[in-house]
Amino acid sequence: MSSIAMPTTKTWISARDHSDSLRPLALAAPLLLLLLFSFGAPIVALLSRAVYEPTIANALPLTIAALRQDSGAGVPDEAVFRAFAIDLKDGQAAGTVYEFAKNLNTRLPGARSQVLRVARLAAQDQAITKEAMIKAAPLLGEEKSWSAIRVGTNRFTSFFLLSAFDLRWTGQWTIGAVPADQAVFLRVFGRTFLIATLVTLATLALAFPLAYLMTNLRPAMAAIVLVLVLLPFWTSILVRTAAWTVILQKYGILNDLMLWLGVTSDRIELMYSRTGLIIAMTHIQLPFTLLPIYSVMRSVQPSQLRAAQSLGGRPFTVFRRIYLPQVMPGVLAGCLLTFILCLGYYITPVLIGGASDQLISNFIANYVNAELNWEMAAALSFVLLASTLGLYITMTRYLGLDLFKMG
Amino acid sequence: MVWAKQESVIPESSSAAAQRRPNTWTAPGSVSREAGSALTREPASDGRRDAKFVDFIDVEKNYGSFQAVRRLNLSVGRGEFLTFLGPSGSGKTTTLNMLAGFERPSQGVITLDGKSVDRLPPYDRNIGMVFQNYALFPHMSVADNVAFPLSVRKYPKAEIAPRVTRALDMVKLERFKDRKPTQLSGGQQQRVALARALVFEPALVLMDEPLGALDKKLREHMQIELKQIHEMLGVTIVYVTHDQSEALTMSDRVAIFDSGSIVQIGTPDALYNEPATAFVAGFIGENNALDGEVESVGNGRCVVALPNGLKVAALAIGDLRPGAPVHLTVRPERIALSNANGQSDNRLQATVDGCIYHGDHQRLLARLASGQVLTVKIGPEATMAAGKAIELCWPASDCRAFPAGAVADGKPSNTGSGS
Repeated sequence: MSSIAMPTTKTWISARDHSDSLRPLALAAPLLLLLLFSFGAPIVALLSRAVYEPTIANALPLTIAALRQDSGAGVPDEAVFRAFAIDLKDGQAAGTVYEFAKNLNTRLPGARSQVLRVARLAAQDQAITKEAMIKAAPLLGEEKSWSAIRVGTNRFTSFFLLSAFDLRWTGQWTIGAVPADQAVFLRVFGRTFLIATLVTLATLALAFPLAYLMTNLRPAMAAIVLVLVLLPFWTSILVRTAAWTVILQKYGILNDLMLWLGVTSDRIELMYSRTGLIIAMTHIQLPFTLLPIYSVMRSVQPSQLRAAQSLGGRPFTVFRRIYLPQVMPGVLAGCLLTFILCLGYYITPVLIGGASDQLISNFIANYVNAELNWEMAAALSFVLLASTLGLYITMTRYLGLDLFKMG
Repeated sequence: MVWAKQESVIPESSSAAAQRRPNTWTAPGSVSREAGSALTREPASDGRRDAKFVDFIDVEKNYGSFQAVRRLNLSVGRGEFLTFLGPSGSGKTTTLNMLAGFERPSQGVITLDGKSVDRLPPYDRNIGMVFQNYALFPHMSVADNVAFPLSVRKYPKAEIAPRVTRALDMVKLERFKDRKPTQLSGGQQQRVALARALVFEPALVLMDEPLGALDKKLREHMQIELKQIHEMLGVTIVYVTHDQSEALTMSDRVAIFDSGSIVQIGTPDALYNEPATAFVAGFIGENNALDGEVESVGNGRCVVALPNGLKVAALAIGDLRPGAPVHLTVRPERIALSNANGQSDNRLQATVDGCIYHGDHQRLLARLASGQVLTVKIGPEATMAAGKAIELCWPASDCRAFPAGAVADGKPSNTGSGS
């Protein structure tokens, strides 16, 4: 009888659910709007700079028109140079020429000073010739310079994204590697992923047994251990990193201790080294790996393990076939969380890592703060974000992990 | 494996037994139709020749200064359905866990089939166990759950599937084999747990309040099913419960636990009709309790004085002396409303306090002159207005007098928190 009653009840419930589903959305609306304006919009705006770059196009309106008339490739004729001179003169007057010169310099190393010199000449002499301009700026007589300018007049560019992968346009339709001395980003990405992997594995090695211990402790003891793990979690990451610099120094506590214990015979360099960086990052990331694992482990009924044993499962079999599959979602969630957070580490590599331990975030920060090359920063950020999302989607899709289900 | 061993113990004497047991459990691969009945084995009555299949000898379990189990001596016969019954904290679950191997006795020895299991880990004891919360593996299908004990024993794949099918058939869940446990109802989950505990043919199955999480109707249905399976397989079952009606329904024998020791062990009717202590009398079934003082003792009987000059004749249980405080028990269904010429050992005047309708019977609350209130079971038709004067009577043989107070092993206490 209940089987007859069920479908009607169900449809009724789902119909009611549907009309109610907008109400919770309305409750969340303020948060969603805040996220959209303070988070979504700025990210889109910044990332769009990786592909939208109008500086050169804005600086050279007449040159663009002249180049359109000039069909041939290579160094253009007198008319284009004249238009270029007028554009530079206007830019000099408007003060935008510096930005243009800097921008061109990223595509054409050494172009900045030469362009500024030509701009000054053009401002003094209305009728400057092509020859005079090439004399002042030898780069303008070269084919690659004009192909760089032609590419730059396009407001949409793939230059920065390609650069993020150490690639560039080598011809009209061909892409090739940048010269070895300019190739940095692949190595930095590789290093970032390597360190994130090592830290993730280290936290897992620490967190798994600890979480297991905590689930088997009396509740009061488990709470104490949990607080001990969480205490550093509640302090600022800067403070924690600073604490590690005290510990890891050559004449710091750890070296003192290891010498005293006779583990090492000499003081080892932990500061400004990869080992030190991984130690500090592991400590900072431990709670992120631990908590999802702990929450999942707590949900496994002890009676299941007893049942498995009474049914003939030896301890290792019980662990492998009953326990591990059930705690795996927590392990994956914890590892994914730590891995993703490690990809974006900034302050710890700056303070503890050496020159060769700087991660991709440090490069992004450098482009934003020091070099003012927001386009490159945006391109690197885009690659970082895309790889993070890709990782997350892979985990959720193919490993059935649901981060939102984790307690 | 163990069943094969057991079968060698039982001689192939009766042709009926040989017929009942096509022996397919030990002949792997033969998936015939009669395989369905292959679970049938010697009925319990035949198998009980081995009176000490499981033997507890002076077993004790202490947690610090707390004695969860004290000096336990107990034998379980092969094929027997024995129930541990007692309030929570009485040590019954601790005893079961020691047998399963999850706890080690602080003192004493447990033997299984004549061999000490002291150093045997749970996974080597070959004991099936069913838990109150089912303890199914949520990440495995029903079929995989049932196959688990076989696969850890490295049975060939071709043999596992038919065995799983047969075990699931037995609990009528064959068509659910691809579901996950969470997609089943509580009763179905418990049946899966049962199939899983039986599929590897253990000689002994332990059940720790397996029906405790089910509602009343389902519980009663499962009790019958469990009993049928027990009779069909002839497997030895040790069952733990705090539900006395469950214990009475299913068991061959019941061991009553209180405060870490067995107070009484016997068949359900012996426990019901001849409780050895006041605790058992109060714990098993419903009982009226009257406190009084012994007036005279003799010939296994005694006369007890109740307040207000009432006198009751009763069976004297234990050491009773005149003047000693005494605890009388008499079952509601043994008290009759006497007619005029009724002859009885005890005839007491009472007034009706109230009457509770139960469908098939009524419960009459009758107040004696002593002020004590007795419950009496009467037929559903009688009308009893409050205040009506009645006469109650019952034979002395249905009324038991226990020493009150200084009873070492029978005090109806509910202390401790082990189990």
